[in-house]
Amino acid sequence: MKHTLTPARYLILLAVMLTASVGDTLLSHGMSQVGPVSIHHLGLLLVAMKNPWVIAGITLLIGFFASYLTALSWADLTFVLPSTAFGYVVVALLAKFWQHETISLSRWLGILLIVCGVGFVANGPSLTEHPDPAVLKAKP
Amino acid sequence: MTALVLQHVLKQASAAETWAAISTVALTAVAGDILTAGAMRRIGDLDLIRAKSGLPGAIKAVIGSPMFLLGVGSMAVSFFTLLFTLSVVDVSLAAPASAAMTYIGNAFAAKFFLRENVDRRRWISAAFVTAGVILLAK
Repeated sequence: MKHTLTPARYLILLAVMLTASVGDTLLSHGMSQVGPVSIHHLGLLLVAMKNPWVIAGITLLIGFFASYLTALSWADLTFVLPSTAFGYVVVALLAKFWQHETISLSRWLGILLIVCGVGFVANGPSLTEHPDPAVLKAKP
Repeated sequence: MTALVLQHVLKQASAAETWAAISTVALTAVAGDILTAGAMRRIGDLDLIRAKSGLPGAIKAVIGSPMFLLGVGSMAVSFFTLLFTLSVVDVSLAAPASAAMTYIGNAFAAKFFLRENVDRRRWISAAFVTAGVILLAK
């Protein structure tokens, strides 16, 4: 049996990609407002927790972990991981269009490679089928 | 000025130390990924569990798995090792090198420990993603 995903499950994978990358970007934006935290001024981390960007970033990262675990419960690790890498592409594009950073040629090439890598697994089966003796026995 | 000098001194890890630190980050990250993925495989489809016993039931099933907790512990160790590594190795080397080693390591570990069917398609994907991550971090 070939495992293909339902639209709802593709939405979970989309959430894995977006929440990780947008969460990281929000966190980075918030921390740049807070300023550098050194080992001697860890109290600053508590101040950072009051920054709305940092709060939004942490909320999204919790959402990431929940959707990542959900995806791992019905898909192989080697199927889910490339989609987490796709998050790097989203971060780069956000950096370009939101933070107006420039993207070098080698980064564009990196983006292209990751997109190809994700494309390779996306069409294949999402879960390895293991013959489960308990299930086989239960069948008449 | 003193801070700059100190930073310079701190950043001089030998090649062996650098790669030991980066490999530790990658190894603990792979262990974390494999343990959490293995735990989720044992727990079963979270969508089904949620349909049967709600979100609290699903959370309980995940948190109650020792394998999952061990995985999260490995991820935490990996995170703090990365923080330490970044204080002695340049981020432009440490971040892409550890990420790339983690991707390749995960493909091997998923094949041997999780018995996933890593076919040619998935190997190519892992190679492309690894190369892409290295280029992106440049």
